[in-house]
Amino acid sequence: MDMKVNKKLGLKDRYNRMTRDLNWTPSYQSLKDIYPYLEYEGIKIHDWDKFEDPFRMTMDAYWKYQGEKERKLYAILDAFAQNNGHLGVTDARYINTLKLFLTGVSPLEYMSHKGFAILGRQFQGAGPRVACQMQSLDEIRHAQTQIHAMSNYNKYYNGFQDWQHMHHRVWYLSVPKSFFEDAVTSGPFEYILSISFAFEYVLTNLLFVPFISGAAYNGDMGAMAFGFSAQSDESRHMTLGLEVIKFVLEQDPDNLPIVQKWIDKWFWRGYRVLTLVAMMMDYMLPKRVMSWKEAWEIYAEENGGALFRDLARYGVKVPLGWEQACKEKDHLSHMAWNVFYNYGAAAPFHTWAPSEEDMKWLSAKYPDSFDKYYRPLWEHYAKEQKEGRRFYNKTLPMLCQTCQIPMFFTEPDDHTKIAYRESDWRGNKFHFCSDGCKHIFDNEPEKFAQSWLPVHQIYQGNCFPEDVDPSKPDFDPLMEVLRYYKMEFGRDNLDYADSQDKKNFEAWRAQATTN
Amino acid sequence: MTQVPNVFIALQRNEETRPIVDAILADNPGALHDEQPAMVKINVPGRLVVRRSTIEQEIGREFDLQELHVNLITLTGHIDESDDEFVLSWVH
Repeated sequence: MDMKVNKKLGLKDRYNRMTRDLNWTPSYQSLKDIYPYLEYEGIKIHDWDKFEDPFRMTMDAYWKYQGEKERKLYAILDAFAQNNGHLGVTDARYINTLKLFLTGVSPLEYMSHKGFAILGRQFQGAGPRVACQMQSLDEIRHAQTQIHAMSNYNKYYNGFQDWQHMHHRVWYLSVPKSFFEDAVTSGPFEYILSISFAFEYVLTNLLFVPFISGAAYNGDMGAMAFGFSAQSDESRHMTLGLEVIKFVLEQDPDNLPIVQKWIDKWFWRGYRVLTLVAMMMDYMLPKRVMSWKEAWEIYAEENGGALFRDLARYGVKVPLGWEQACKEKDHLSHMAWNVFYNYGAAAPFHTWAPSEEDMKWLSAKYPDSFDKYYRPLWEHYAKEQKEGRRFYNKTLPMLCQTCQIPMFFTEPDDHTKIAYRESDWRGNKFHFCSDGCKHIFDNEPEKFAQSWLPVHQIYQGNCFPEDVDPSKPDFDPLMEVLRYYKMEFGRDNLDYADSQDKKNFEAWRAQATTN
Repeated sequence: MTQVPNVFIALQRNEETRPIVDAILADNPGALHDEQPAMVKINVPGRLVVRRSTIEQEIGREFDLQELHVNLITLTGHIDESDDEFVLSWVH
């Protein structure tokens, strides 16, 4: 009796019935009026049905598996909170990575949700439209689960309270914010190339895989749960990115130069944003899974290399700036953490100099750079701090007009020299950290001349609370800026060594492990 | 470069994925098994296949390859999925 009468439709048929076959050709409105944004970027699409979604996920299957992911995720979050899981993390220094994540990354998930919602409406093909609708739902799920997971830490630790307010104001947060605003204000094809291909396919493994595995290694089941749950959707997003680029390139030879320009731009934009991740991996995780350099070699050089060798058949070249990014792998995290150590009074999380043990690890992982360039710096800071002179830089840094990162990057071939690039445009001079960022500006000066640069805005008086009185004799502009950021001086910022977080964590942990 | 580039798949490391990982290792000679905190990454030169029938033998029940999504972390390569096989490769 094992004869199957009603054989289920195969995966391919099911996908076609449930996506393409639900689409229709409009009869009384023109396609141009329904999908008005598809031509102005210059991309030519002749047959939308050639787009193949390799996962062939249908909406009913989507809800089923997403529901299962959510149930697993929230069971872990609840168990973690119920069991005071935060006291099981290696060390409260770790929690500062979450502050950076919540203020810098989670708001991008929400932006991404909005961007894909637009695409889920604006693409003419049913295949990509459905994939973008799913991704839009994924992204809002990521924002929600991250906020939910980290709200547990907000009950016990400082600096989590005003993440959304901070995202729109605090100096270094303009780096991820401006990256996504740049993407979401571009056309539909540039947006999907920037986020799905350049960011998700080429770069997000570096953000989510070693860092989230690192969260697990440091005892944070909450971050592990939201990170891997998000990353499981990411596999679908990456696949969309790869599929879209193949589809666009196969549709018309005229698309190649446009696509190459976007690959060059968005690889470099995304890579610069990941500077924050490099320092999280090498300096902020008390227990480290792998170095930034190792992660770069696995996920960018090896895997990205294979990808670009594969795409060469379409005439796609390795992105501009790739070589420099590979050269910087020995330096990126060290340069970045140095700047955050400098500006530790102006960030709503704690910073610290690496311990002798940390430095031993850094020397071993970075034999060509750490001892030569960076160890002396940290030893100097440590000595100063020991003598009661913890260094806080009180001047404001010059920012790159494109990536908005302080201009601390060195010349690719001389790590003792800060790189400066500049362009003149309509009577003004604009400054850049690298050839990559200058190149991006030169291609779109109208857009990037408008960058909201936090340092410029502070100097122009646009970053003070409304009740500020600059004529008062004790007016302290920097303290007023922190008040505008809603940061509490002495509680949310400064060195970890003297923080309330450290004191509380130690006291609570002692309580949890003794009678 | 004549060396065949790796494709990989990474899964959360838990009781649901243990038989899946075993099935992938059985179906892909030359697979390298890389365990990291809370996750497992399987690297295979050129082509990686996940076969439904092997997973079903391991777990003793029917398995829908789309169940992979629940514990999937990341992957690379071109995907070709059917009801019976999920294939990753850099081959055309």
